[in-house]
Amino acid sequence: MNISLKSALFATALALASPALAAGTAPNGMPLADDQTFTYRVLDEHSSVDPQIVEDVSGSEIVRDLFEGLFNQDRKGNLVPGVATSYDVSDDKTVYTFHLRDNAKWSDGTPVTAGDFVYAWQRLADPETASPYQWFIEIMGVKNGSAVMAGDMPPSELGVKAIDDHTLEVTLEAPRPYFPLTTTHASTFPSPKWVIDKWGADWTKPEHIVSNGAYVLTEHVPQERSVRERNPMYWDNEHTIIDKVTALVINDENVAFTRFKAGELDRTEIPTGQYPVLKKEMPEATVVFPRLCTYYYTINVSDSAPEFLKDKRVRQALSYAIDRDIIVNNVTQGGQIPAYTFTPAATANFEVPTVDYATWTQQERNTKAMELMAEAGYGKDHPLDLTLIYNTSEGHKKIAIAISQMWKQTLGVNVTLENQEWKTFLQTRGNKDYEVARAGWCGDYNEASTFLDLVDTDSGYNDAGYSNPEVDRLLAEAKTMDNPQPNYTKVEQIIADDMPIIPIYHYTGNYLMNPQLVPSWPVENVEQNWYSKDLYKVAK
Amino acid sequence: MTNSGLGSLNPNQPKTAAMAERMAEVKGRSLWADARRRFLRNRAAMVSLVVLIAVLLFAFFGHYLTPWDNETIDWNVLGNVREKGAPSFATRHYFGFDDSGRDLYSRVVQGTQISLMVGVVGAAIAVLVGTVYGAIAGFVGGRVDSVMMRFVDLAMSIPYMFVLILLLVVFGRSVTMLFVGIGLTAWLDMSRIVRGQTLSIKNKEFIEAAEATGVPWFTIIRRHIVPNLLGVVVVYATLLVPNMILTESFISFLGLGVQEPLTSWGALISEGTRTMSYGTLWQLFFPLSFFVVSIFAFFFIGDGLRDALDPKDR
Amino acid sequence: MLSFILRRLAVAIPTLLVLVVASFYLMQFAPGGPFTSERPLPPQVLANIEAKYGLNEPTWKQLVNYVGGILTEFDFGPSYKYKDRTVNDIIAQGFPVTLKYGSISFVVAILVGGILGIAAAVRQNSWLDYFAVGLTIGAQVLPNFVMAPILILIFTLWLGWLPGGGWNGGQWQYLVMPVIALSTSYMASIARLTRSSMLEVLRSNFIRTARAKGLPNHVIIWRHALKPTLLPVVSYLGPAFVGMVTGSFIIDSIFSTGGIGYFYVNAAFNRDYAVMMGLTILLGSMTILFNMLVDILYAWIDPKIRL
Repeated sequence: MNISLKSALFATALALASPALAAGTAPNGMPLADDQTFTYRVLDEHSSVDPQIVEDVSGSEIVRDLFEGLFNQDRKGNLVPGVATSYDVSDDKTVYTFHLRDNAKWSDGTPVTAGDFVYAWQRLADPETASPYQWFIEIMGVKNGSAVMAGDMPPSELGVKAIDDHTLEVTLEAPRPYFPLTTTHASTFPSPKWVIDKWGADWTKPEHIVSNGAYVLTEHVPQERSVRERNPMYWDNEHTIIDKVTALVINDENVAFTRFKAGELDRTEIPTGQYPVLKKEMPEATVVFPRLCTYYYTINVSDSAPEFLKDKRVRQALSYAIDRDIIVNNVTQGGQIPAYTFTPAATANFEVPTVDYATWTQQERNTKAMELMAEAGYGKDHPLDLTLIYNTSEGHKKIAIAISQMWKQTLGVNVTLENQEWKTFLQTRGNKDYEVARAGWCGDYNEASTFLDLVDTDSGYNDAGYSNPEVDRLLAEAKTMDNPQPNYTKVEQIIADDMPIIPIYHYTGNYLMNPQLVPSWPVENVEQNWYSKDLYKVAK
Repeated sequence: MTNSGLGSLNPNQPKTAAMAERMAEVKGRSLWADARRRFLRNRAAMVSLVVLIAVLLFAFFGHYLTPWDNETIDWNVLGNVREKGAPSFATRHYFGFDDSGRDLYSRVVQGTQISLMVGVVGAAIAVLVGTVYGAIAGFVGGRVDSVMMRFVDLAMSIPYMFVLILLLVVFGRSVTMLFVGIGLTAWLDMSRIVRGQTLSIKNKEFIEAAEATGVPWFTIIRRHIVPNLLGVVVVYATLLVPNMILTESFISFLGLGVQEPLTSWGALISEGTRTMSYGTLWQLFFPLSFFVVSIFAFFFIGDGLRDALDPKDR
Repeated sequence: MLSFILRRLAVAIPTLLVLVVASFYLMQFAPGGPFTSERPLPPQVLANIEAKYGLNEPTWKQLVNYVGGILTEFDFGPSYKYKDRTVNDIIAQGFPVTLKYGSISFVVAILVGGILGIAAAVRQNSWLDYFAVGLTIGAQVLPNFVMAPILILIFTLWLGWLPGGGWNGGQWQYLVMPVIALSTSYMASIARLTRSSMLEVLRSNFIRTARAKGLPNHVIIWRHALKPTLLPVVSYLGPAFVGMVTGSFIIDSIFSTGGIGYFYVNAAFNRDYAVMMGLTILLGSMTILFNMLVDILYAWIDPKIRL
């Protein structure tokens, strides 16, 4: 893995060394448009633009533009050099040495040094910072991370140090093959100590902020807009094409759609269910691509669960009776992929295992579901009563309506739908005070364990309360395996049989996009880590 | 501006308490009979009454006219509502389909029931509580008034959404809770308006006279204050019913309203609004028409009642 | 008058205090907290965050700290959700926005509503009356959340006259649609209240007397009838103004104006305690202030009412 990664980095470095592109020509060879601004819609105000504080997707998008970490991702999600140009790994694979470029500068002209990363990482782990992504330091496996987090050790004991201004050494607790991948995460980006010391919590305001990425924050009106503009100090500024990026907060997707049509936006989400029509009406503006996310229903199988849900046959019947093709083709209608297993096929180095019921026709699944229900003792004269909870959202509602009808019509189950306000929903589900609940999961990183760890007994995200020693063993074993696929296959098959969760579909990202912008959008990056510096608008 | 101006807001008021007592007994019946006669003569109000009765009949008997229920999905229509879901008499889907492929007609029937109930019950709670509260505060006055009105200020400044979330969460999401929640937040305005009116009525001679002759204060409120408030209360109540229905729709808009598969006008309208630019206008048209027509009817009936209860208009 | 104002202010302070205490305790009843999220935080991280914000203290102590912060430094605390902003920042940014379009809507609603109502009453049962009544009911029955997207469809997409949302420092182009959407239903209520109140006044003895004396109609309306007409309308204005300022959730949400209406509702959904408390105090003070103004107006209109 390391070797291939290094050669990839090398190849990219070569590509970067090639002569600068002729003015007015896009990297794909097409002529560039005169207007190089990018305006997109976000659903809600971002949480923060402080790299160590940010916790939401729209905030991370801004942080990736404002700050640059050791590595970036390219269009396909591969690592490409950021502030670091390369790294070495010790023989025991626990010490990483990153070599930083010497021409990286902060927007105030200060050089970016290894010390900025040390400061940032210590800041991430420091309990006083109270970062919501503090735990990421544990995921990365940085030495003493857990102890620093718990306040048992001072942040200076964290396994990261600056050998000199351009050499950063990271010591891990144990080998973590995926460690380099984590350096593209916003929480690992450097932060400017002198600015934070001076302004405190106010340092992220546009008038104070200093950043090292391709853009600087120039305006922020909460709940209205945030604007970032080209950073002339950025080391690769000459290859940056988009001059100005504006994120507009628009809560209502249909209003955003209207404003897109009025030409006010370059990008918005396709309103629920409108993809088939829009694909016909404006094919050049619709962009659809797979994402690392799964939509599923979780079944309470914990001790607090009602008896009938502890019966495997009932859970299987509920899963079989869902016609996933109808859900994706007639309800969500955004090119989603029906799911019979938990981990999406788009996950790197993952092969979707074969599970029996995925190969049956829906007719067969329905027949089998009815048999199972009858075996479990439920039928027309003794119907099962079930409550399904979901959080308030038009999309979740439509899916819940359709599925409740499938259960009713096929199995005669009386479903009570209960739509709950978000925090109430989370509390209810987290306390396992439910029967069946809607859930969704997006991978933290591009590897199957980010999904499958969810069914580990000790996982904090295991809302089903599922516990199977065999699964726990397989997952623990997979951590250190060179090729964990056989274990992942087994785990998926066990879940498909035990059915603590009912996979429904794998998400797609779907955008309505200014056709001029479409060629540069990184649709192959399944994590959708996009960088405005890599975008451009081609001439009409 | 002279005081006599306000003093004679209702010139038919007898000048002494004794007279007031007697008149209330004697004139009471004929006043109501008069009002009924005048109301029956008001054409707009009568038409509205007929319309409202028709809407009521629709709400409670409308489902006999259709073979479809409000929750069964037509799988052939789901996902292609724009082309296959239009209203049609041939298939007996009179109002077409909603966005989830369910019969819109029966959903409108059922939504009408909920909305009318929320509107009427919510407004009734608000009017009842608000009138009594406001009349007492205004009439008793002094420290009691001050404390009672400060409580209203206080209650008004508590985040309304938060109270509703709490009510719906702590006591469970039910239609009853919705009535109480909506009604409880609406009585505050009512009480302030009633108090304002009471203050002006209270200073009139006939009330002072009643006080002087020792009529118990609660009797004064019941016999003299409340009847004099009726005009304002009725008008405000007719504003309130549609407001309650609108409030419910706002709550539905936030996702705190009635649970699927139950629905309400508000929920149907907000769904219809979402899809209005996608070629399924009937999803907005039908529920909105019912909503608009009914509210017009409420308003005209309110006006009619006001005119009928106004003793000067003969 | 002055003593009345002083007395009311003296009552206002304990009222606010009760409000603060009540809301503070009420918050604790709602399920979930500011840091409840789709991915539950590891206990250690949650503990660190709660320690940072002092949420690990007993409720009464949090309350004391909170009130103390306000009294000593006028610090309303941080936002737990929008971590780049404090509550002071949010109010300083959002309140002027809301106040601006709220006040304009208020004035528009009073002027248009009042004139429509008076005109309808004076010409009762004429075409003008029917038109005014029809218009006001029509305006009132169209919910905000239906009207707002329709306005955008018409003015932004079809006509291309106005931007579809945003604030941009409150230039007039950005104000038109929010003002229309916000003022119509209040305008309708004011028109209806004015009409019915005016009708009542016009039928009263002193107006008859004035007519009998042969005074011209406009003198009767403007000099004699207007003031008593306003009484029930005025009592509606206090709550209406506060309602316009607080009830602007849909406006902020659909037109992306960035006002406090959105924060107000969403702070409750996000359990963003400090933002909610700050806005509650702000709006509570406004309610108290406007109710006081209404009472003063009352006394001015009808001197018989004792303050």
